Amino acid sequence: MMGPVSMIVLTLAAVTFSVIAILMSKAVLKGSVNKQKLEPYECGIPTTGKTWIQFNVGYYLFALIFLIFDVELVFLYPWAVVVKKVGVLALVEIIIFFFILFLGFLYAHKKGALKWS
Amino acid sequence: MISFSEIASSVHQWLNSHLSPAWVLTVEMVIVGVAAIALFALLGLVLVIMERKVAAYMQIRLGPNRVGPKGMLQSTADTVKLLVKEGITPAGADKFMFNLAPFIAMITAMLLLAPLGFAKDFQIWDLNIGVLYVTAVSSLSVIAILMAGWSSNNKYSLLGAMRSGAQIVSYELSAGLAIMTIVVLTGSLQLSEIVESQRNGWWIFKGHLPALIAFVIFIIAVTAETNRAPFDLAEAESELTAGFHTEYSGMKFALFFLAEYINVFTVCAIGATLFLGGWMPFHIGNWEGFNHVMDYIPSSIWFFGKTFFLIFVIMWFRWTFPRLRIDQLLDLEWKYLLPISMFNIILVTVIAIYHLHG
Repeated sequence: MMGPVSMIVLTLAAVTFSVIAILMSKAVLKGSVNKQKLEPYECGIPTTGKTWIQFNVGYYLFALIFLIFDVELVFLYPWAVVVKKVGVLALVEIIIFFFILFLGFLYAHKKGALKWS
Repeated sequence: MISFSEIASSVHQWLNSHLSPAWVLTVEMVIVGVAAIALFALLGLVLVIMERKVAAYMQIRLGPNRVGPKGMLQSTADTVKLLVKEGITPAGADKFMFNLAPFIAMITAMLLLAPLGFAKDFQIWDLNIGVLYVTAVSSLSVIAILMAGWSSNNKYSLLGAMRSGAQIVSYELSAGLAIMTIVVLTGSLQLSEIVESQRNGWWIFKGHLPALIAFVIFIIAVTAETNRAPFDLAEAESELTAGFHTEYSGMKFALFFLAEYINVFTVCAIGATLFLGGWMPFHIGNWEGFNHVMDYIPSSIWFFGKTFFLIFVIMWFRWTFPRLRIDQLLDLEWKYLLPISMFNIILVTVIAIYHLHG
């Protein structure tokens, strides 16, 4: 009914809503200033060391595999729309496509990339 | 009977006869914006009280019952309470990112409302790549979570955000493949056409086994994508206090909370549109009388009824399954759901090519 302009409208609506909510809260608020209040919340114990440190590489591996499969998903969209028109050829194509992908998947599995450690 | 589409078109005509085209567009933009905000706030309040009531009755207790009739105004009272809470930005935090994250969460949640068909011929934007739009925009929500977790300067937040990131991107794959089965059956990415294709039966009934498998995978995947129990590792309160929004308080926390509930609503609405026929009424073969009675129920009630049924199912999960460990969670996706959904795509291709569906 509205076209692409609706994206701008909805973004503006979200921003307006959030800004009004935060400003309303600021207006009725009577805050107090104190140093301990601004410390990181770690259940009462003072925090040790830095927070922005190295973390488990496993997350990175999963992100990489995700990227491969996500691109695959994007390739599938145009295919999915024309399946009915193309017919049996589309079935053959998708089996070949998934076979190659599955080999890569098995390789990643064999290398232990899908195991959480 | 008055329908939403008739109201919309009569408003459009009235505006066109009284104002110049540029003003008509402006006024309509304002109307849509205000309506979206109203829907947003209302849904937030309703879903919070629904969650608490469902939880209470599952555990054989009454739940909130003091504020308003049967406690129905409890979430409104909670919102007012959150309004007078201070929004703290911690000393070591990356202030710009920290304050930007709730806005991103809200914007992505709001943008997902655009292609939903709330009633017959009643959509904000009926774009021809609706399914692609939904998957694209919903995957942006992970950015808000990572931003919030990273910028908080808190180890709980960082861990929660990282877990949540790994989880959301993993389950996005099987959710995407489950959605793809319906695209294969319909041959269109437009949500209104997908609804139209279910006029003679919903896909979950006439799509045979693949549609059923896809529906189950879709529900599991969206439960994980919206970070809800049993996949709520990102905010596992017994280990990470509150996950990525540990440091958020006051209204900024409320915005995250609201965006989360709206995301639950949108994914359930997408599920209802793809598998349960959107605003299409329930028909049984050639039972004319029964079908006429079903047609009499407004299309918006059908849409919201199906959506809230799916929301109820997701809330039901929370009190049925214990929380998974992160390795179990990733195993479930990569070793079971993903291969099954890839196989399911091949199965559904066979059905689509030989026109075995109704």
